[in-house]
Amino acid sequence: MELLVASAIGILTAGGLYLVLRLRTFPVILGVSLLTYAVNVFLFASGRLTVGAPPILQDGATTYADPIPQALVLTAIVISFGMTAVVVMISLGAFLGSDDDHVDDQPDATKGELS
Amino acid sequence: MSLFLIVALPFFGALLPGLMYPAGRSACAGVTFTVTLAAFVGLLTNLPSILAGEVVAARVDWMPALGLNFTLMLDGLGFFFALLILGIGLLIIAYARNYLSRNDNMGEFFTYLLLFQGAMVGIVLSDNILLLLIFWELTSLSSFLLIGFWKHLPEGRQGARMALTVTGMGGLSMVAGMLILGQIVGSYDLSVILQNRDLIQADALYVPALLLILLGCFAKSAQFPFHFWLPHAMAAPTPVSAYLHSATMVKAGIFLMARMWPVLSGTPEWFVIVTTAGLITMVLGAVIALFKHDLKALLAFSTVSHLGLITMLLGTGTAFGAMAAVFHILNHATFKAALFMSAGIIDHAAHTRDIRRLGGLRKLMPVTFVIAVLAALSMAGIPLLNGFLSKEMMLEQSYATVLFGLPWLVPALATFGSIFSAAYCFRLIGHVFFGKVRDDYPATPHDPNPGLWLPPAILVVLVVVIGVAPFVIEPFVKLVTTSVLGNAATIPYAHIKIWHGLVPALYMSIIAVFGGLIMLAGFNSALRVWERTPRPEAKVIFDKIIGSTVKLVQAVILPLHNGSFSRYAAIGAVTIFVVGFYAWTTGTVGAPTRAMQAAGPVAIAGWLMLVAATIGMVLLHRNRLLSLILIGIVGLMVSIGFVFFSAPDLAMTQFTVEVVTIILMLLALNFLPKQTPIESTVLRRCRDSAIAIMGGLATFALAYYYLLRDAKDVPISEFHLANSYKGGGGTNVVNVILVDFRGFDTYGEIIVLGIAALLIYALTQTLLNGPVRARLLNREPDQPRSGDTHPMMMVVLTRVIMPVVLMVGFYIFLRGHNEPGGGFIAGLIVSIAVVMQYMASGFVWTSARLRYPYHGVIGAGVLIAGFTGMGSWFFGKPFLTSDFTYVRVPPFEKFELATAALFDLGVFLAVLGAVMLSLESFSRLARRAHMEDSEHPMDIDPSRDDTPDTAKEGV
Repeated sequence: MELLVASAIGILTAGGLYLVLRLRTFPVILGVSLLTYAVNVFLFASGRLTVGAPPILQDGATTYADPIPQALVLTAIVISFGMTAVVVMISLGAFLGSDDDHVDDQPDATKGELS
Repeated sequence: MSLFLIVALPFFGALLPGLMYPAGRSACAGVTFTVTLAAFVGLLTNLPSILAGEVVAARVDWMPALGLNFTLMLDGLGFFFALLILGIGLLIIAYARNYLSRNDNMGEFFTYLLLFQGAMVGIVLSDNILLLLIFWELTSLSSFLLIGFWKHLPEGRQGARMALTVTGMGGLSMVAGMLILGQIVGSYDLSVILQNRDLIQADALYVPALLLILLGCFAKSAQFPFHFWLPHAMAAPTPVSAYLHSATMVKAGIFLMARMWPVLSGTPEWFVIVTTAGLITMVLGAVIALFKHDLKALLAFSTVSHLGLITMLLGTGTAFGAMAAVFHILNHATFKAALFMSAGIIDHAAHTRDIRRLGGLRKLMPVTFVIAVLAALSMAGIPLLNGFLSKEMMLEQSYATVLFGLPWLVPALATFGSIFSAAYCFRLIGHVFFGKVRDDYPATPHDPNPGLWLPPAILVVLVVVIGVAPFVIEPFVKLVTTSVLGNAATIPYAHIKIWHGLVPALYMSIIAVFGGLIMLAGFNSALRVWERTPRPEAKVIFDKIIGSTVKLVQAVILPLHNGSFSRYAAIGAVTIFVVGFYAWTTGTVGAPTRAMQAAGPVAIAGWLMLVAATIGMVLLHRNRLLSLILIGIVGLMVSIGFVFFSAPDLAMTQFTVEVVTIILMLLALNFLPKQTPIESTVLRRCRDSAIAIMGGLATFALAYYYLLRDAKDVPISEFHLANSYKGGGGTNVVNVILVDFRGFDTYGEIIVLGIAALLIYALTQTLLNGPVRARLLNREPDQPRSGDTHPMMMVVLTRVIMPVVLMVGFYIFLRGHNEPGGGFIAGLIVSIAVVMQYMASGFVWTSARLRYPYHGVIGAGVLIAGFTGMGSWFFGKPFLTSDFTYVRVPPFEKFELATAALFDLGVFLAVLGAVMLSLESFSRLARRAHMEDSEHPMDIDPSRDDTPDTAKEGV
């Protein structure tokens, strides 16, 4: 199980990194999203993996999953939505302004109206 | 008056001139004067305690953990400097009112001036060296603003930059020196540091600390080799030159040397460095000053020279030297400020400051003549004026000072400097006021109104009074000297007198005065020699150093930082990997302590789907819609993973966020191209794959490593598990952590989320108000539109489902404290319910039914959470302390009421508002794009009478 989770984190990171290094905004945004998953799962896994023991206090239960990483990741998920939305908005604005969705400035590209 | 008030008055007062600006120039100057006067009077109320030898202190602990406290202290030295700053400040304000022209923004000027004044008073009253450093930097900043006040003058801008660079660099080194000092003593309180002379001087770090602090002092007080910035700062308006660059700011370095005198002085290092620097500065400044033709430049270099003199006196490390230094600070402030103001008057009247174009002003400007001549003679060291007294003391001290084992060196150089000093004073008098009245002045000189000449006249009265009757000021000078000396030495017995008998100092004085007269007589030939001598120009050297620094920085930075995001991302990834790899190879790895858990078929199936979707995304990312579907699968698998590994709250959050994220991406993709073209080379793709695989392997290894090992220490979550119910009143530990244990973090996070949403809204507004708007309106959709954009089935379904979803949201919210749920998840669920209405019934229809704007919802959420937190203040508890109780209202069961629920309500509203504002902003763009939206929820509605225009658009 640990191997599965660790390898999933690794594969998500690798996919995210590869997409982040692409030249157009949309794949970069998807790459950032993949990296977000990877980071969130990585943080979550720092509480170690526990099956069938959610951190809801119950009489008679002695082991619980570590609640702290869960609380941290919960807010991280919501914040990362906000951040994704901002990045998407910026890239959309850049594209609408210049008709060009390259991540980097293009030296030869015809300049748009906003530039 | 409380010391806090004295320091705070100028800062708060700085707001007033700007506010009074519409009321006119006199009102601006009036409030500034009043504020300064109030601080001045407040300072004087402390005089009795100072005279009694007490130290007035005021203290507020600011950041005690860092040793940074807002502690103020007023002793003799601080009182002396504060008196100079505020007293001369009053005169300067009156003078500036009449000096500045109608074209100058007086509100701005006096605001800067008050900021400077406050910072300066702060320096001299600080009892904490970290606080002192803050004020120190503030003086550099405010002086930058004042030097560059005439923004249209290139000299002003360059001078301001140079002053900021030099004093700012000095300030940085001062920070380092002070931190070392604080480390040695173990306290940043000045009063503690001053008690630890032996400890500091015995420490191995004494010399580095000394060097760093002196560097800062020398840069501020324009000591060699940093003397060059002060003359360039003369591009400032003359009141600024008179105030900052003669009387106060340049004395800040001197002040600090005096303040630190008890602990830093007395060692050979201090003696050699400070005395030498002071001596060189004194001689160099005096020589250059003689040959300057600009009146202000002459005064600037003479200031440099006199600052050198004071520095040298402090450097000797003797009590008599310290007393002479204190006395000369006072005298120099009086005559030099008067001289600067006179120079300003001449500039004002004759429209030139060039000595070669002046002369004969004695008859044209008799009042100015008297003022300037008295001040200049005092500077030259003529008896019955105050400059004579302190200069005499300086010469006496220099006679007793042996530098580098050469007893003649210091007296000879001091006399040499004094000759030049006398010479430039005589030149100022002779070449400006005496001689023939000319007929080619740029403007006819005349005496100004009293507003301009009264302030310097008041100072000149002081010059004469102290010069004639030094016993009046002697007790005060000795009082100040006592606080300079601290425990390190006792006050000298000597008295300040005009006649000391036939002592060596008197002969040296006589040589200086006659030498000065001879120099003036032979001035023209001396000038020719001077002009033929090649000498380094400080500004050229400075510009070269700056230029080469900029080149070096560009050479280092530009290859890394060329504006290409992809490059940053690659460099960042590789750097993190390298640093992590280094940490990995240099650390030790323990043996696994946890057994691997067996994976069932469900887990393997989930893993396979996740991996397949990720790989699919990488391979097929050029088809954007497909990759969006694939990332949805990834998100779904992650959510299921959370369920599987006992994190129901996370799973619910991830799942709902997934929905809104995909909607958001779809809205964006509506405008973006649907395909990504193939652009990168194969080589580049190989490079990126290598980086990606490297990063993936690294995170895999790290995760795998720690998943098989237990934490080194007991996790702090033990505490949270144990106290969640007892202390927080909830059994869902994750939720209790969010709204109670770490409530403050959550509060910060909802604020960030709100800011992100507002940012998106603002960006949308900007786009819609700009040229993009026309483009959006004219845009042809690149894909066929659906003929039935708002199908009846969907409208009906979403209407019916809406109350159910709201109910679920409400339920999830309420049970959050004890079962999986809470404000975050409820907020997301309710926003999905609202989004469904937008999607099904259309933007216009839904917006028309919207009661509250989403901005308001975000604001209400943040406020509710904030007020809940503040509520605990009323019970004397820290921010966000929670409380709960159980109530029973028949016929219901017993239920719990917790303040945390109120906080969670704030979270709920903030999340709801933020998500909705973001999505709404996106859809506003979309709405602009095609035809006007229908106000009807359904395109085809049997209950409506009008016949729908089926040929509108679409397929």
